Amino acid sequence: MREALRKRAAALAAGAAALALALPLLAANHPGSRENFAIIERGRYLTVAADCAACHTDPHQSTAFAGGRPIETPFGVVLAANITPDRDTGIGGWTDRQFDTAVRQGKLPDGKRLYPAMPYPYYTKMSREDVLAIRAYLNTLPPVHNDVDSNQLPFPFNIRSAMWLWDALYFSPGSFKADPAQSDIWNRGAYLVEGPGHCGACHTPKTFLGGDKTRLQFQGYSIQGWFAPNITNDEAHGLGRWSNADVAEYMKKGHNRIAGASGPMGEEVADSSSQMTEADLNAIATYLKARSGQTLAASSVAVNDPMMVAGAAIYQDLCSACHRGDGHGVPYLIPDLATSSTAASREPTTLIRVVLRGAQTVATKDEPTGPAMPSFGWQLTDAQVAAVATYIRNSWGHAGPVLTEDEVRKARGNLAARND
Amino acid sequence: MTRKLPKKDVVIVGLGWTGSIMANELTEEGLDVVAIERGPWRNTATDYPPNYVQDELRYRIRHELFLQPEQTTFTFRNKMDQTALPIRSWGAFMPPNGVGGGGVHWNAETWRFLPSDFVLRTHLTQRYGARFLPADMTIQDWGITFDELEPYYDRFEYLCGTSGTAGNLKGKIQEGGNPFEGPRSRPYPNPAQQQPFSHALFAKAARELGYKPFPQPSGNMSQAYTNPLGVRLGPCTYCGFCEWFGCANYSKASPQTTILPVLVRKPNFLVRDQSEVTRINLDSSGKRATGVTFVDTSGTEWEQPADLVILSAYTVFNVQLLLLSGIGKAYDPVANQGVIGRNFTHQTISDVTSFFDPAKFIFNPFIASGSIGMCIDEFNGDNFDHGPHGFVGGGYMGQVQTNGRPIETTPTPPGTPKWGAKWKQAVRESYQSALKPGTGVHGSMYSYRDVYLDLDPTYQDRFKRPLMRITMDFHENELKQNAFLTDKFAEVFQAMGARQVVKEYRKGPYDVTAYQTTHLCGGAVMGTDPKTSAINRYLQSWDVPNLFVMGASGFPQNAGYNPTGTLAALAYWSAEAIRSRYLKNPGPLLHA
Repeated sequence: MREALRKRAAALAAGAAALALALPLLAANHPGSRENFAIIERGRYLTVAADCAACHTDPHQSTAFAGGRPIETPFGVVLAANITPDRDTGIGGWTDRQFDTAVRQGKLPDGKRLYPAMPYPYYTKMSREDVLAIRAYLNTLPPVHNDVDSNQLPFPFNIRSAMWLWDALYFSPGSFKADPAQSDIWNRGAYLVEGPGHCGACHTPKTFLGGDKTRLQFQGYSIQGWFAPNITNDEAHGLGRWSNADVAEYMKKGHNRIAGASGPMGEEVADSSSQMTEADLNAIATYLKARSGQTLAASSVAVNDPMMVAGAAIYQDLCSACHRGDGHGVPYLIPDLATSSTAASREPTTLIRVVLRGAQTVATKDEPTGPAMPSFGWQLTDAQVAAVATYIRNSWGHAGPVLTEDEVRKARGNLAARND
Repeated sequence: MTRKLPKKDVVIVGLGWTGSIMANELTEEGLDVVAIERGPWRNTATDYPPNYVQDELRYRIRHELFLQPEQTTFTFRNKMDQTALPIRSWGAFMPPNGVGGGGVHWNAETWRFLPSDFVLRTHLTQRYGARFLPADMTIQDWGITFDELEPYYDRFEYLCGTSGTAGNLKGKIQEGGNPFEGPRSRPYPNPAQQQPFSHALFAKAARELGYKPFPQPSGNMSQAYTNPLGVRLGPCTYCGFCEWFGCANYSKASPQTTILPVLVRKPNFLVRDQSEVTRINLDSSGKRATGVTFVDTSGTEWEQPADLVILSAYTVFNVQLLLLSGIGKAYDPVANQGVIGRNFTHQTISDVTSFFDPAKFIFNPFIASGSIGMCIDEFNGDNFDHGPHGFVGGGYMGQVQTNGRPIETTPTPPGTPKWGAKWKQAVRESYQSALKPGTGVHGSMYSYRDVYLDLDPTYQDRFKRPLMRITMDFHENELKQNAFLTDKFAEVFQAMGARQVVKEYRKGPYDVTAYQTTHLCGGAVMGTDPKTSAINRYLQSWDVPNLFVMGASGFPQNAGYNPTGTLAALAYWSAEAIRSRYLKNPGPLLHA
């Protein structure tokens, strides 16, 4: 460990020296120049692709990128920083190098470390040019004076200096390296997914300290009261039954023949992927569909199990009018439970949440309907929710474990504490 | 003190079908539009979700989706020499409230009027002579023809995804459709819905009697549909909770399921719900509207200035706002002068209840949809020779089984006690084997000199404004029409094999407590002469050219069909005139 850290530090120092040498050469065409349209436009697109607005724009405020939005982490709340070019409270006084260090190394100009709520472990894969293009775009925004005290974490997580340990454990700095054995489109997808898209921030399981379990990359993780599903090509739980076009369409429109995006993914579609190019979304689909998942052993519940019998009756009574008897729903309007990885998922957070509280899908320019699932939490007991969820995850070829009344009770309690 | 809001290009009063259509058309033009709606915002999943919308007591009996008479109501009398009293519980009609308006609670029966309906006085006079019409009948031509309106009917049907079978494609009569309809430019966007047993049986009997039955055009989806705005609807599940209810399945065309999702994304559109417009403001000349005044739920009064005012509230409220704002001359039935309040009409509805042998007939009436049904149009409008019958007008009729809901669907043969064990037994025997169509005979009501709207001299609303007073009774022409149609309708059920057919004629006097339809029409009618009409053929006020009045209040008389298709087509027609002509040169589109 110590040896690895020392190597990493040496590499960093060498990189910094190289940067310092390169800077005078760049000055003639400074990437942060407000006159360089191509770079600013590239930065605008990357700001969208990196979904900076998801955290740095408070939806309750009219000013974009002025920070202050509470970001929920398993350890407490972090307020997103002001990234407008305000000199006092934003990033206006930072050098490009300081900006790049913050985005790709997780370190602030004063040497303090960022919390990984800022997805620098992913942004580190971005190229320096891309990061400085983002800076160039942010520089064009109106500066907003908004002093944000980001660190709202409880002891001991509020000790920023402890983050060096976290970085040592979980942070692997270094830009994306293309795999020459793969196609250009795969490599572009890999760059977007691993870098600016930071898909793993939600979709990769985390350790108890919030670091990626890299061996289980993209196999799904519970976050903010939802389960961000498996986005590998796993047949039962991931995107195995989705075509590349299905994946790209979902990201573009928020809806496809199988599913509709809601919750944090709905926000991602609205703020980010719906504004990305078809080529980039196709690249993302290509990369994700090339990722194999870990297929878990099926554990189907017998159709005559009392839970299944009760669940089938509830499904018929309350769900089938929209989702249809065969579970296939209505393309682009009512999600297809028979093909959906959310329904099949072993992790029932989303399934329980949607049944208890309902869900509003995202409305986009291409799919403006924005249908919503009503809440059934007032109507169904924990045992009834457990039964219908068990039925859904064991029908139409799905095979999942029985969901217990106790699991639903706990989920209901957790949901009650949430205002989103 | 009234607080003044920043000026908008357009203010829309009432966000139902016509308000939504106008808002979408005018925001497309780049105009900054605000819609002010008296009732609440409504969404499918949060306001009428599938897990409680099928609550007959809540919605059908207790009228949850409708205007509460406590908020405002009308007074009613049959005759001019009577004293009108306030309606304290809705009966004959159901004034809507809230975003989506009547488009939320309707059955989605999506008809076009007949070509002759638009030139009614001319047509009837030519065919039967002027003396055939009753002297006090004040029917008139609309100032627009069916052919002019056809492209806009088409737009509305494609917006809604109307399910139906064309009867006349570009002049060619089509097998299985309504042979009496005017020529349509293309087929319905969706095939007709499936028909349950009783409907098929009605069609068979009607064919054997020489009629040409056809499926009722329906705004409930026979299959999944994406409309030209990109909004999606799902297939109807035939649950039979349509009229009086919102559709929980995104299956019934409504502003919510066809337009509003697109409209609310537009930065140049704003809705103020729970806000009641109390008057349209005029400048000192009285010839130009300067905007509207409205009151929010806190009682705060606001002025919303605007260049263009679109009045798109329910029929009676359109007329009330015109009268209270001093726009146009109030109708005086004694002097037979003035236009605002004139030519007010409703509908002439009746039904038959038929009892079949329970051992042979099981109809499953709960398999239903608001506008499935097999209809015949032989006795509508002037589709038949009225000469021998001594009346004018007519209506479609059909086995339109809209529901089998338990509280309402309790047909019992005559002579059954009204309660107790024998009543229960009769209901049990009849539920599956009796037929009582949801609409039955859907007759026209033509306009008369002494059927009108004016301001009540006694009763006021909470703002101390006079309530609207309805003076309405059936005239002999309509009662004759109804007797003839009801008899013809009963013959079909007889031919279906019913062992008892009970005719429920519509009789006078007009009963404001007995439900007919919500199709109140007229009061601010369109026409060619400012002496007999409030608005021109483009729905533009003759008196205040920057005011356009939408809706059935513009119908000079009511035809034998449901009005929504026509009032929506007129909204598109009016929007087109505003977009292509009015905005370039704001002012009267026609000079009288």
